[in-house]
Amino acid sequence: MRAIDRVKAARRQDRPGAAEFIGAVFDGFIELHGDRVFGDDKAVIGGVAFLDCRPVTVIGIQKGKTVDENIGRNFGMPHPEGYRKALRLMRQAEKFGRPVVTFINTPGAYCGIGAEERGQGEAIARNILEMLRIDTPIVAVVVGEGGSGGALALAAADEVWMLENAVYYISSPESFSAILWKTAAKSEQAAEVMRLTSGDLLELGVIERVISEAENASGPADFQGCFDALKATLAEKLRELEERRNAGELLAKRRERFAGF
Amino acid sequence: MINIFKKKKYITLPPPKPPEAGGAAPSVPEGVWVKCAHCKKAVYKKNLDAFRICPFCGGYFRMNARERVAITADENTFSEFGWNIECKNPIGFPDYEKKLANERQKTGESDAVVAGTCEICGIKTVLCVMDSNFIMGSLGTVEGERLARSFDCAGANGLPVVVFTASGGARMQEGIMSLMQMAKVSAAVGEHGAKRLFYASVLTNPTTGGVTASFAMQGDVILAEPKALVGFAGPRVIEQTIGQSLPEGFQSAEFLLEHGFVDHIAGRREMKAALGSLLRMHGGGKGCCQ
Ligand SMILES: [Zn+2]
Repeated sequence: MRAIDRVKAARRQDRPGAAEFIGAVFDGFIELHGDRVFGDDKAVIGGVAFLDCRPVTVIGIQKGKTVDENIGRNFGMPHPEGYRKALRLMRQAEKFGRPVVTFINTPGAYCGIGAEERGQGEAIARNILEMLRIDTPIVAVVVGEGGSGGALALAAADEVWMLENAVYYISSPESFSAILWKTAAKSEQAAEVMRLTSGDLLELGVIERVISEAENASGPADFQGCFDALKATLAEKLRELEERRNAGELLAKRRERFAGF
Repeated sequence: MINIFKKKKYITLPPPKPPEAGGAAPSVPEGVWVKCAHCKKAVYKKNLDAFRICPFCGGYFRMNARERVAITADENTFSEFGWNIECKNPIGFPDYEKKLANERQKTGESDAVVAGTCEICGIKTVLCVMDSNFIMGSLGTVEGERLARSFDCAGANGLPVVVFTASGGARMQEGIMSLMQMAKVSAAVGEHGAKRLFYASVLTNPTTGGVTASFAMQGDVILAEPKALVGFAGPRVIEQTIGQSLPEGFQSAEFLLEHGFVDHIAGRREMKAALGSLLRMHGGGKGCCQ
């Protein structure tokens, strides 16, 4: 598969998003709302759920499935209040000693007047900084698009996993091409050189695990294998990371992970 | 406050006639005149002092990293870290080595960050300055490594850190590895901060993208230069996204102050004294009543 085809697959409307992954992998999800500062960003969903009967804080960036829902969820492009809600929930997780799993599917953080007024840069910066200091296991899973800083703001984690056809990048291939080659028309070529596929990123050490997808998977039913794989591997990984936390080594290892880049 | 850097007024021979706007002036040697980006007037280069402030409108000319160090560090105290960090062209971007070689030739710098130890108002400090002349001051693996090591070094020696930011954001030619620098530097900022050591970021024109969305906004105290453009998304990107033009002063340092993201705006001539006071208040030097 060409890199650009994976970009297209990652953006498919019928691909399961964060909410479907949370629903399929966890039990009894209770959504919690609001950043306690400005508002509740519907592009970010978060709350508490069970994995193997143990409570986990789950957070996701959610695109809409219909035009109306997409407008409500701002096409999965969070505002600062979305990142601040996520941070509030991660701090809550640390306080109660439960791990965090994030599901990422975003073209990027929103670029607009309100976003800048409320400090998009500050919100992302704070999330990254705080995530690297939160002493509870964090696993991030890129399930569709992992767009730049807007994705990293939920991915400064102990491990980052990707679905096979998910993509994770510094900018969309379209704007990469526009910035470097002054035309948006070379996005295919950009996708090839950017190393944005799960295989490339595994090789670069940016991610730890790739979750295989069925060939030509489209609707959620085709992703049952991914849901099952995640359910099994996540539970095991979180137990391992909890042991690391109990040994007082979690944060140093997390730092080491990024220091290598 | 006595400003030791204030330029003495003395009589000079009248400078040569400035070139006409838009017109060629073949008799004027190249590089004698610089155009002010704010009032568009031609300024005789020798009339720009170390602060590089327009004598006509008070606007700021861009400053390279060495010039910034010169007005920030006490005289003869800056000692640059000797790390020789090699850029490995992490995604194998075509012709990137050539681009880097050109930029190095053009700027005389190896990358977009100058870092070292110095004294600021007599207080030993790790000072990092980004240079917007080097590929727009974008954040690549070498820049990230230099910044992260600077915080580590400060942490190991119990020193505060001052970072002057100036950046167009990510280094596109390094792809995802540029993004990872945001986390790498943040991790170092976090560890330095966990030792209760002080970090001041100073936002200068322009500070955008991944730099804003990481260490620029992570200072214990965040200072800015007047009118500096500071934002996450660049103004043109926002205009394209929302299909309308942006209000006057949007994403200026003053806008950020009003919206609560900047602690204090200090002019170029006042910045060093402001940093000195803050460093002293955060344990630098001999204490608060020095
Ligand atoms: Zn001027």
